[in-house]
Amino acid sequence: MTTSAYLREQRDLADGILRPGNTNCAGCGMSIGLQWLEQALENERPTLCIPACCGIVTAGSFPTSAYGVPTVATTFASSAAVATGVASVYAMNGEKDLTICWTGDGGTYDIGVATLSAAAERNEDLLYVCYDNEIYGNTGGQRSSATPRGVKTSTTPKGKAEPKKDMMAIMAAHRIPYAATLSVAHREDFLRKVRTARRTKGFRFLLMLSPCPTGWKSEPEDSVDLILTAVRCGLFPLYEVFEGRRYRINARPDGEPLESYISRQRRYRSELLDLDALRAGIEAQWAYLEAMERTFPAGEHE
Amino acid sequence: MARVLDTGNHFAGDVLALAGEANRGARGAICGAYPITPQTEIVEILRDFQFTKGRVVPVESEHSAMAVCIGGSLAGARSFTASSSNGLAYMVENIFAAAYYRLPIVLIGVNRTLGPPWNIWTDQGDTLMLRDAAWLQFYTESHQELVDTILVAFRVAEDRRVLLPALVAEDGFVVSHTQMVVDLPEQEQVDRYLPPCNVPHRLRGKGVTVGGMTFPHETEKHRWEIQQAMERVPEVLAEALDEFEKVFGRRPHGALSAEHTEDAEVILVACNTMARTLRRAVQRRRAEGQKVGMIKAKLFRPFPRKEFLRAIGPAKRVGVLDRNHSPGSGGIFWNEIAATLQGRSDVLLQDYLVGLGGGDVTPELIDEIFDDLAARNQAADPVWKEVPA
Repeated sequence: MTTSAYLREQRDLADGILRPGNTNCAGCGMSIGLQWLEQALENERPTLCIPACCGIVTAGSFPTSAYGVPTVATTFASSAAVATGVASVYAMNGEKDLTICWTGDGGTYDIGVATLSAAAERNEDLLYVCYDNEIYGNTGGQRSSATPRGVKTSTTPKGKAEPKKDMMAIMAAHRIPYAATLSVAHREDFLRKVRTARRTKGFRFLLMLSPCPTGWKSEPEDSVDLILTAVRCGLFPLYEVFEGRRYRINARPDGEPLESYISRQRRYRSELLDLDALRAGIEAQWAYLEAMERTFPAGEHE
Repeated sequence: MARVLDTGNHFAGDVLALAGEANRGARGAICGAYPITPQTEIVEILRDFQFTKGRVVPVESEHSAMAVCIGGSLAGARSFTASSSNGLAYMVENIFAAAYYRLPIVLIGVNRTLGPPWNIWTDQGDTLMLRDAAWLQFYTESHQELVDTILVAFRVAEDRRVLLPALVAEDGFVVSHTQMVVDLPEQEQVDRYLPPCNVPHRLRGKGVTVGGMTFPHETEKHRWEIQQAMERVPEVLAEALDEFEKVFGRRPHGALSAEHTEDAEVILVACNTMARTLRRAVQRRRAEGQKVGMIKAKLFRPFPRKEFLRAIGPAKRVGVLDRNHSPGSGGIFWNEIAATLQGRSDVLLQDYLVGLGGGDVTPELIDEIFDDLAARNQAADPVWKEVPA
């Protein structure tokens, strides 16, 4: 590589969403998500609204930032409302800039759910991405309503008794133009869905299962393979919902056993782990999704 | 300028709309709107107004109402909303955030008692709860003062030397739901009075993170800068009033209004509509030859200590009417004035808690307080007036 090509590459990197040099943990799914988001959006420079979550810790400390695009650190529950204000003013001034909420599961499933629901109900022109690591990560690993049943966290020392909240179903019930799940082990599918979301007007919701070695008590090098396994064993279905009513499943379980997902995460070593209950939950979810896709299939060109 | 008969809330909504519309040549107007008694007509009027460049977003909570204002202001628009009581309490996190982002948002606080027990009448405890939120706070006594002060608040808040949000308080029901005749400004006058809103640190496509993490020394500097901005308010406010007089031909009160204080021996202090009742009592006693005076407190943040000390003049007895209560302490205006009077052991300062929860502060009650204050040899703990046995 010539020096000028190298410098150009460095400059391009510096101008991207995620600049080189941040303190994210090794094996963090959110870091992969940010890089793929940037690849999917090509040369676009979106504005990010990030509430309290690892995603804002990523920025680092003032006056530097790991984000190469305009970024607002919002209060915990407010990203969808702050983004509403930003996107409204951009739009009234004829600016085409994309506004993205980049949030964790705490800010989405728990404290921010009313704000998110309201922005979805108003069909704000926003792209909302939840990187779901199923835990309050940067506070040291407390349970959220995204934490699966049987998982040990610092506030569920015997394991969580309740199943994970189905956020996709909640968002589909808002009849938003587009909702989809994202896997950091399925790059083409990930990029395609971000691009579909980019092309769509109105409120778009993307849910990414985000491996968190620190919270999941897993090995960083297993992160991507864990998500691949979660998709293969049916725990994390890859699918899209159009207008909240038309479904498309993107990958089906291939018989990979649930144990190969569970056994590599020490968070599942709990008194309340009930593999049969987890399997029954997966089966029920697939029966529902298959029925929805069969009855209400997405259009060929969607 | 038209002479119009209407309610305080209708005027507040009209003037916010005029101010928002005045920014149509710049980056427009944004408002997050959520209803609460007795503020509701303000957001109804704003939702009905056809902005050339602006949007009023019907959100699901006060917390999000302020969040929309924050996002819109960060994108460069003129930004405003209104709330009351528990709505303000629900909004608090983002109220602090708005100031710490240094955004010149204007918030109308229609004073209402915080509950429970549920009570919709006026009490300044809701807006005074925001004492430490780094917002300018103006308390208004009449419909006309409300109209004028909203415009002044935009001008001061958006001034580059200040860049802090501003709250304008009006009494719930007493002002919000009663009708008075007011000189309502024309759009053309507001266009002249308010320069285009310029948020210098607005999002401009650069890779800047707003509101990210800082370490203690930078945070301390951030707070110090806010204090510096607060200290520039008197100068900026004086200019804003001069300009107001040029455009509208009248001059609203500034930080406070000192009336008959030059030779007064006894002074009472009050804000909002209590000041109007107090004014009548002072005028009557003056007619009887008594050396009494009053200070109408208007600007609460920054608290105008210098103006206050000047206004007190030779008086040796100062009483404060507080329609608010900080439990375990006393009235919040009294606390401020006590801090202002440190070193003035020659002045007897007495607090009176009156009209809490919206009870009437009558001329008779004020007379009683004047007599009580005149007869005192030394100050006591805050006095609760009219607590039922």
